[in-house]
Amino acid sequence: MAKKVPLQITLNGEERAEFVESGSTLLTALRDRFDDTSPKGGCNQGTCGACTVIIDGELRLACLTLAEMCDGASVQTTSGMAKGGVLHPLQRAFMEGFAAQCGFCTPGMIMAAKALLDRVPNPSRDEVIEALAGNICRCTGYEPIINAVLEAARANSHNAA
Amino acid sequence: MIRLAKEYFADQRKDDLHELGKGLQRSDAPGHVTAKTKYFADRTFPGMLYLKMVRSPHHHARIRSIDTSEAEKHPGVARVLTHKDVPHNVYTILILIQVGPEDEQVLAEDKVRWKGEAVVAVLADSPRAAEEAAAMVKVDYEVLPAVFDIDAALKPDAPLVNEYHGQNYYLYDSGECRKVRFGDVEKGFAESDHILEQTYWSSPIEHAPAETTGCIVVPEGNDRFTCYTNTQAMFFTLDNTSIILQMPGQKLHMVGGTVGGGFGGKVDVTVEPISILASKLTGRPVRFVYSREEEMQISSPRAAEKIVLKDGVTKDGRILARQVWGYTDAGAYSRHSPYGAQKGAAHYPGPYTIPNVSIDTYCVYTNRTPSSAMRGFGVTIADFALEVQMDKLARLIGMDPLEFRFLNAYRDGDMKAHRQPTEGAALIECMQEASRTADWPVAERFFKMSSYKTEA
Ligand code: FES
Ligand code: FES
Repeated sequence: MAKKVPLQITLNGEERAEFVESGSTLLTALRDRFDDTSPKGGCNQGTCGACTVIIDGELRLACLTLAEMCDGASVQTTSGMAKGGVLHPLQRAFMEGFAAQCGFCTPGMIMAAKALLDRVPNPSRDEVIEALAGNICRCTGYEPIINAVLEAARANSHNAA
Repeated sequence: MIRLAKEYFADQRKDDLHELGKGLQRSDAPGHVTAKTKYFADRTFPGMLYLKMVRSPHHHARIRSIDTSEAEKHPGVARVLTHKDVPHNVYTILILIQVGPEDEQVLAEDKVRWKGEAVVAVLADSPRAAEEAAAMVKVDYEVLPAVFDIDAALKPDAPLVNEYHGQNYYLYDSGECRKVRFGDVEKGFAESDHILEQTYWSSPIEHAPAETTGCIVVPEGNDRFTCYTNTQAMFFTLDNTSIILQMPGQKLHMVGGTVGGGFGGKVDVTVEPISILASKLTGRPVRFVYSREEEMQISSPRAAEKIVLKDGVTKDGRILARQVWGYTDAGAYSRHSPYGAQKGAAHYPGPYTIPNVSIDTYCVYTNRTPSSAMRGFGVTIADFALEVQMDKLARLIGMDPLEFRFLNAYRDGDMKAHRQPTEGAALIECMQEASRTADWPVAERFFKMSSYKTEA
């Protein structure tokens, strides 16, 4: 049995602490210990993007991140996106634009898109494509996803204006 | 944006269309975007065991011995399973609809027939312990010659892949292949101005779903088992598990849900029977999820195919005869391939009316990963070959390829080669619209044609 170590993180704005197995990944820790199954394990080797989360403002693959190294960090996942039952513009755009079919890639896609919009509020189409390059979708053919991100950016700037 | 071309079949429409042409919200989209959608793996249970499969490193080999003693002693290991533990070890999925014989071992006993075949299942407290113990299982193999393609497998002196069949092809009740005979192809070829024979090959294709194949089994303490699975074929899974484990169906509670992409790749029964058996023998929850590597290498791909098409055509553009030899590479085991090859037999004339047709489709065994269902299997690759052939035929007689298709298109009332009358054909109308949309003009007379009226 691997040693258990304490892990304290701010998960979607909430202070949380759990014991996790030493050497486990943040993906396993979030899913099995923190009951946040929004990051998905599609490959567990850093190639699909299904496990994408935001750690201290940076886009990260949870399957390649050691849980212990996140102690004290702020972690954002798709399950924390909707505030008070109101969907984030990205969530709304994905929903209305048919950007999710089986939905397995969706939480990772939304995280990658959020990291982009946090940095570049009005991205070009090419910037969106670049930002989603690490996330594989086997269902949609990407077009609806790219369009949804651009739509969310438009909706955002509308609200800001 | 969806546009409805309501001018087509206007006289056949009783009612105006209310739902078609309007975008509707997918009912599962809110769950997907909030990540509330539950996939089978989004749960964990105390005391859960992780199953790791020991797989054949050889394409074809006799198993001399299996030694699990070291693996059993490894810390964290709860149980190691071999073929001896499986109540009914030889199965085939479509036995449920009388497509036998049973030809595949759940855990290999005497022989492995493809690289990746399951031999020993190791169950441990952690994925890591399971992997370490799996590496300690010793299997002594005598490597046998292997066949990797359809032509090699059908040679008279080819090594025999699967003893349950006795030859390297599936024996249908119609013999070594599925046959369709319609009209007289020899007469059709004799009356043709040109004959074109071409061979088309395709490679296996992996579905590569975002979510890998897997299941989690929980013993309910009353000799019943709940199996959370991402199968696309709940009842195939239930009934085959019941046969393999010799357990009545009411002891098995299969729970499906949202599948993280399947595309046909999750209709085989590969993870559930062994996981339920493991749960029964240990009394603990069991999780068996393919790694990404297993999903790519182990799960069934679309079959490789070889298709030989021979067509006789007149210089004014009528196909008078079509002869087809279709070969489906099933890999080492049947799974859904005898059915796929049979579907091809019914499909081969394509959406064209041809008066003289002869079709033979074969399901062939090789030492490759067993192939199975994938989006329109049995007909998709056939369509690729047929349509490339149509273009080549048109070029051969110097005709526009779209006009050539209008001339040969099937229409309501035409008899298809497998004796099903054509109904509800809309090929002509689709081609008319395609011609306009793609700005690929065809002669005016083709716009006067219709699928359900017999004027020219
Ligand atoms: S699960 Fe992390 S990249 Fe695929
Ligand atoms: S929606 Fe299925 S993988 Fe993207």
